[in-house]
Amino acid sequence: MNKTLKKRNLILTLILIVITAGYLFVLQRDSVTHSYAITIIERSCIYAVAAVSMNLIIGFTGQFSLGTAGFMCIGAYVTGILTIPVEMRDQIYYLYGMAGWLHDIRVPLGVALLITMIICGVIAYFIGWPVLRLKSDYLAIATLGFSEIIRAIFGWDGLGTITNASYGVSNIPAFANIFECVLICVVCIVVMTLLLRSSYGRAFKGIRDDEIAAEAMGVNLFKTMQLSFVVSSAFAGVAGGLLAVFMRSAVTSTFTVALTYNILLMVVLGGIGSVSGSVIGAFIVTGSQEWLRFLDKEYVFSDIFNNLAGTAFGAAKVPFLRNGFRMVIFSILLMIVVLFWNHGITGSKEITWDRLFAFLKKFKKEPVQEERA
Amino acid sequence: MLEVRNLKINYGGIEAVRDISFDVPDAKIVTLVGANGAGKSSTLRSIIGLVKSSGGTVKWGKEVLNGKKTDEIVKNGITLVPEGRHVFPDQTVLENLKIGAYLRKDSLEEDLERVYKLFPRLKERSWQLAGTLSGGEQQMLAVGRALMANPSIIMMDEPSLGLAPIVVQDIFKIIKKVNKAGTTVLLVEQNANMALRIADYAYVIENGRVTMQGTGKELLSNEDVKRAYLGTSAG
Repeated sequence: MNKTLKKRNLILTLILIVITAGYLFVLQRDSVTHSYAITIIERSCIYAVAAVSMNLIIGFTGQFSLGTAGFMCIGAYVTGILTIPVEMRDQIYYLYGMAGWLHDIRVPLGVALLITMIICGVIAYFIGWPVLRLKSDYLAIATLGFSEIIRAIFGWDGLGTITNASYGVSNIPAFANIFECVLICVVCIVVMTLLLRSSYGRAFKGIRDDEIAAEAMGVNLFKTMQLSFVVSSAFAGVAGGLLAVFMRSAVTSTFTVALTYNILLMVVLGGIGSVSGSVIGAFIVTGSQEWLRFLDKEYVFSDIFNNLAGTAFGAAKVPFLRNGFRMVIFSILLMIVVLFWNHGITGSKEITWDRLFAFLKKFKKEPVQEERA
Repeated sequence: MLEVRNLKINYGGIEAVRDISFDVPDAKIVTLVGANGAGKSSTLRSIIGLVKSSGGTVKWGKEVLNGKKTDEIVKNGITLVPEGRHVFPDQTVLENLKIGAYLRKDSLEEDLERVYKLFPRLKERSWQLAGTLSGGEQQMLAVGRALMANPSIIMMDEPSLGLAPIVVQDIFKIIKKVNKAGTTVLLVEQNANMALRIADYAYVIENGRVTMQGTGKELLSNEDVKRAYLGTSAG
């Protein structure tokens, strides 16, 4: 790549960062008015971390693991328990009483997330030992099962003094501001991207593309898969922790299999094997579930229809518009996307400035040869 | 020197390799020729640890390689260019080359230059996805990738498989070049004619056993070899 292009890309990236930061600053300055937008952005960012972590094992290493919700559950509880204010703990754990050794341990959010990462990574190491010997469907079933077991364990009365059993952990201090949440998410995604660009990342992709060749090149299949699984699970845990802070509570019912599928949806929609795809997928899935809310209102279209017809149809309503209809439309949109972009929005490529310009050029003049990079 | 003694390989009771012994002296080209299913590929795969042998020894200098894991064997300076090329189709040529050096922690620039010098075509196409290369280019990439590990001995499994005759000639020229640069070559081929021409020493393998051996030239003029593998009858 020549130098002027590199410089251009750097400047464009900086401008993008400044604009984003500026926008976030505007939102933050009047956070009460913009609370809805802030909510969507924070939720999207957190899901983006989860989606990238899932993409790491599914899209880049080619191992179909569906344990994301389980690790998010562990992450949510660990982060939650470590950050709730000590003075509120007796009140939250009024039924079981908090375990003495844990009662006075409270750490800042950053430290809590680091501890979460380590705990999730260690658990993933031991889970991966037996489970990663399985392939494709069997691996998926085993990890799904693990995820449900985690949920059952955290909701178990016997651990009430630690997890507060089915009551969950509440009163977790919220993010200080939107920057705290977004910044942590960005750091997580950048770390994972750097890993994917290192020789380990190439080994992951090698295993995905051709196990025999990867092994012949001296890649230790099992160790490399385990590394991918551990890192993926550690960051899934961080995403879970962030989600707990975002919702200010952690209960097992959040971390059902449906959550895993929701994140899988973001990964597939965005593009399996693309970090930028996963981020976009997370924003689109989270965002559109909100933007389509107008479909849940019963009256909107019938009023317009009445006005157009000139006569009142009285209480006649457009038959489909009712609570929950947005999910129908959302599903149809998904099917359309998957039909027409069956590799997801970005495919396995990353979005870069060069590709963006090449893409825009197509609309300007006659189609130019797509650069194969 | 690589020494293989009385190697045996079973696949679930079926004997693929019954008793194979051969030597690969340093800086030479040694070839194993034979028909389909003779056990040549299994032999290579077992040397590099992808397949477990059920008997015999493989020695690399003073080191015994049996029972070692593939990554340890590759670290010892042995690499395999697998049969059917096995490049990573969705990664660029450059990424493919870099993964060949996976176990090395030192700088790759020098070796990249060396491989690019050997295969100028790969340099032109370094940003292209490997899956979009032609068969011959993919084979060059597979060889280049194996060279990135900076091996003392490179084992090639059927490098001429499925390639046009003119491309096959290119590939064999490259094999000679690689060897001249100091790398030992262990070559497995069905194309006995080409393989015997460049080999310093050759072994004929039939039904999992070594049935004949000699210098490349000797075997080329051997009547039995001519009849069975070169497609020319005595006369």
